[in-house]
Amino acid sequence: MSYSYQQSGSQRLQIPKGISRRAVATAAAVVAAVVFLATGFYTIAADEVGIVLRFGRHVRTVDPGLHLKVPFWIENVIPVPTQRKLKEEFGFRTLQAGVRTQYTSRGYEEETLMLTGDLNIGSVEWIVQYQIKDPVNFLFRVRNVRDTLRAASEAVMREVIGDRSVNEVLTTGRTEVGVAATVALQNVMDQYETGVDILLVQPQTITPPDPVKPSFNEVNQSEQERARLINEAESEYQEVIPRARGEAEQLIETARGYAMERVNEAKGDSKRFIAIYQEYAKAKDVTRRRLYLEAMREVLPKVGRKIVIDEKAKNVLPLLELSGKAVQK
Amino acid sequence: MKKLSVIPIVIAALIVIVVSLSAYTVSEVEQVIVTQFGRPVGDPVTQAGLHFKTPFVQTVNRFDKRWLEWDGSPEQLPTRNKKFIWLDTFARWRIADPLLFFKSVRDERSAQSRLDDILDGAARDAVANYDLIELVRGTNREMVFAEELADVKRQEIKKVEHGRKIILAKILEQARKMSPQYGIELVDVRIKRLNYVESDRKGVYARMISERKRIANKYRSQGQGESARIRGRKERDLKQILSDAYRQAEEIRGKADAEATKIYADAYNRSPDFYSFTRTLDTYKETFDRNTWLILSTDGDLLKYLQKAGENAQ
Repeated sequence: MSYSYQQSGSQRLQIPKGISRRAVATAAAVVAAVVFLATGFYTIAADEVGIVLRFGRHVRTVDPGLHLKVPFWIENVIPVPTQRKLKEEFGFRTLQAGVRTQYTSRGYEEETLMLTGDLNIGSVEWIVQYQIKDPVNFLFRVRNVRDTLRAASEAVMREVIGDRSVNEVLTTGRTEVGVAATVALQNVMDQYETGVDILLVQPQTITPPDPVKPSFNEVNQSEQERARLINEAESEYQEVIPRARGEAEQLIETARGYAMERVNEAKGDSKRFIAIYQEYAKAKDVTRRRLYLEAMREVLPKVGRKIVIDEKAKNVLPLLELSGKAVQK
Repeated sequence: MKKLSVIPIVIAALIVIVVSLSAYTVSEVEQVIVTQFGRPVGDPVTQAGLHFKTPFVQTVNRFDKRWLEWDGSPEQLPTRNKKFIWLDTFARWRIADPLLFFKSVRDERSAQSRLDDILDGAARDAVANYDLIELVRGTNREMVFAEELADVKRQEIKKVEHGRKIILAKILEQARKMSPQYGIELVDVRIKRLNYVESDRKGVYARMISERKRIANKYRSQGQGESARIRGRKERDLKQILSDAYRQAEEIRGKADAEATKIYADAYNRSPDFYSFTRTLDTYKETFDRNTWLILSTDGDLLKYLQKAGENAQ
């Protein structure tokens, strides 16, 4: 029994001859004083409280500081760290805490694997943070509180996960799982009177079991692929359509330009014609001749070869066509 | 004087010895049964502190007063639907009646083995009477499934009639019928671990993989479908935009041509003869070049003076 202690044995005083009674008494007093001081004073650290036991019975609880108790093992004190946040890890263990904390999760598969509500298997690693709320209950009501907490935590986590689908626990349900487990674990701890306050149950990683992981990754990949395909098609659309809109605009604007040109030209041409005609109408014959001769004067210099034939020599024409080469020069 | 002084010391020593043999302490976590030659004497001592007994003839038997652990060893058990599962349970118990406990089981080790019998048996009975889902689920909470599987899953997953809590309560109830005869009080039984046996696990993994594959395939085909839809929309929009523009352009052109035609007709109608005269002259100007041969007859208007000057002049 861990908190029982020995009754101090009988103390016999044997006085060797030749030593005066006074010396013996002094020595005894000194020894008694030392033992008194050593067993009478004790300190309780800042994050602890002291549970004082007299003959094994809890008589008082003391706060941090220097204290005096009945010496000679009549009173004993057990410090309990009530202000310290304690932590339990499930599914992994911290190998070495530090700046880069190292973990191992090998060999804890049985701790992490659990059945989900749709009868699939999930792998959950989690931590429990707790604090000793009631040191008397913590010490005296339950044997091995830590093991009790671990067993209860595993049970509770499985209850929570067992009511959720694998999809839920892997995605949105993570925080919810933590909250539900915190409440449930606190209930169990209260039922067992462990005197423990559950601060936090927090799933660290919730993953599918190793053999199933690749297929879950495949789902993620296919989701990415879906997005990629859609984006590609969308970008193709964006590449073509705005340009086509511009081109369409161009087509229409060009047509508008043509229309304007065509109408303006027609107007111009007709205005010119009308102007000339009005003058022509005033002196028809002479204007007609003038226009004809002016045109001829303009046309004839441009013409490559001019042949003048008499009106009676019309049959010379066929001969001329034979020397077509001369035209080139 | 010297001889006399030894006697009180001896007497004092004797008193100390007797007191130390008769006094004993009980800690907060203990309860004690005092036995005399192996037979319990008086009521159990449950109050912590300093107590006394008759020296030499009486013995102190200490028992724990706290909630104690019972951790079942994992077992393979068949459920009602003939699925083998690994079940690992634990319970918390205490020595409620130390006298009865002392008489019937004597110590904790044999108590643990009695509890093994009681709880393992109760668990075995309970598991055999229920389907696996009843052990896994606690409530009929509405679960959220992957959208792709929701319909199938809702049919597949049956509602539970009892659930884990009720089954555990039944196990506890059954065990509690037996435990008081050993002076033991059971507070709680829980399932620490529950899993498929190794051979079934592979099948479950295969099912999970196929479920995921289904989702993945759906996503992929959705992506391809959506992409095809967008491509189709692109083609449609392209054709629509371009043909619409073509239509508008041609309309505009046609209208302009018509207007021009009207304008020309209005003007030239004043004198079709003069129009054809001037237009013909223009055509000469535009079409004749150095590759043109012009054969001019002297009876034409231009050269008529080459033959006769002023014959026709008036």
